Amino acid sequence: MRLGPGPRHAIPVGILLLLGFAAPLVAVTAYSLATPRSFDVFRSLTLANYRTILDPANTVWLSFAWSLLLAAATVVLLAAIAYPIAYGLARLFGRWAGLVGLLFVFPLFISENVRLYGWVLFFIKGGVLDGTLRTLLGIGGPDVLFTPGMILFGMVYVYLPFMLFPLTLGLAMVPRDLIDAARDMGASRLQIWREVELPLAMPGILIGFLLTFVLGAGAVAEAKVLGGQSVIVITHDIEIAFTYAQNWPLGSALAVLLTLLIGTLVLLVLWRLDLDRILGRR
Amino acid sequence: MRRAIGLWTGLVVVMLYLPVLCGVLASLGQSRYFRFPVQQWSTAWWERTLSSIEIGILIRTSLAIAACVTVAAVVIGFVGALAFARYDWRGRRLYQKLLLLPIFFPQPVLGLALLLWFNALGAPLSWWTAVVAHLVWIVPVVTLVIAIQVYGFDPALEEAAADMGASRLMVLREVTLPLLWPGIWSGALFAFLLSWGNFPLSLYTTGADSTVPEWLYAKMVAGYTPMVPTLGTLATLAAAGALLLGGGLLALVRRVREAG
Repeated sequence: MRLGPGPRHAIPVGILLLLGFAAPLVAVTAYSLATPRSFDVFRSLTLANYRTILDPANTVWLSFAWSLLLAAATVVLLAAIAYPIAYGLARLFGRWAGLVGLLFVFPLFISENVRLYGWVLFFIKGGVLDGTLRTLLGIGGPDVLFTPGMILFGMVYVYLPFMLFPLTLGLAMVPRDLIDAARDMGASRLQIWREVELPLAMPGILIGFLLTFVLGAGAVAEAKVLGGQSVIVITHDIEIAFTYAQNWPLGSALAVLLTLLIGTLVLLVLWRLDLDRILGRR
Repeated sequence: MRRAIGLWTGLVVVMLYLPVLCGVLASLGQSRYFRFPVQQWSTAWWERTLSSIEIGILIRTSLAIAACVTVAAVVIGFVGALAFARYDWRGRRLYQKLLLLPIFFPQPVLGLALLLWFNALGAPLSWWTAVVAHLVWIVPVVTLVIAIQVYGFDPALEEAAADMGASRLMVLREVTLPLLWPGIWSGALFAFLLSWGNFPLSLYTTGADSTVPEWLYAKMVAGYTPMVPTLGTLATLAAAGALLLGGGLLALVRRVREAG
């Protein structure tokens, strides 16, 4: 049997995803069925780890709740913050759009701990904000570090590009003529936004929401660097199970549950999208 | 409205770079602990950081990983982008979506999953396993970056060259690569810089080796010294330098081509 050029070119990526993405997920699932606190993977089959998690006395559900709540709040805030900028990038900035876009891409190349630690230096007692206020006004800065609000702030900060660029791609899909036509026919600004812009940009908006939610639900650096130990998010619980607790099967079971949650959401949304149109096939 | 959006964008950009600036300030003070306003400016921590052997090793490990990731990701991503956007085939839509899954997945969890998998395989962890881990996430990104260029590419040109008797290798060298190279170059820049700055995947997959972001994190948690903001700033400057160099080269070659 001879493969056509399309499938043939898909082979290298296919092998990578199979060995580097699918197989590790199978390994995690296998570990989640092993005897608690053991390393007998593939040799024992038990649901004990899941039973431990679902036990009402176990408070791990609180970590799940925090992660999902923080992720949802991140999505809402980022939608409001990034939409005007995406609109500017897609419509207003013209020849400056490339440069402005670059300014928003660049932070992705700086490790997130470095950027988050910069905020610690900004907000900490004796730090930039505190020192400035003390020098200028003689009052100390607010005590905001190591609170859940600060974790949310860090997540909004880190995931901004992941909302901004899909929104920009979405808004770039709206033909300008259509907006002009709607305006000529007497549509108000709000009507144009609701009836023309929003539905046509929806694929990009959906991708932005999905991406920031999923990454936010698995976020951990923000909670550890900016949040102190004020909130334990689910990925932190998973890490604890793998490191201090040395309970790989339990950590694996938590990871499987998180993956199921995220995977269902991603598949539901992604399957409806036409990527050729979003990425610009003409 | 135009002005309001411009102003808002400016404000958000300032917020985006404010923590980077705080890192620069903290690296330039003399005292062991950061106090603002800085009492005594000094480059002592920079000198110490630049002359540290330990940090030299970290930088070399990070560079080695990023270099390997770039080469492998560009090759796999280039071929993958042709399957993504150039050819029409039955499984293409499914392939496009499967390719996105590693991007839509939390990296710390992916790192742990890879740790389990390497462990199950009995593969000893080192910076090599980190290369594999980075590729799982970076290849899809590079594929997308190149695919965007492929969408604007006219397949008829390849067919014309083949009709005139060019071999497959000649078509690739004389037609496909010259037309797609801006996308490939951008993909390479993305691969290098994303690998250079990556923390969550490296954390679980480098074994005894350590990268720059890993060392920074370890010191942030326990054992802060002003070398933390110094090395952080240094890594940022290196990324900016690579981006300017890569972007500048891209613009230059484009201009020369348009003129010629």
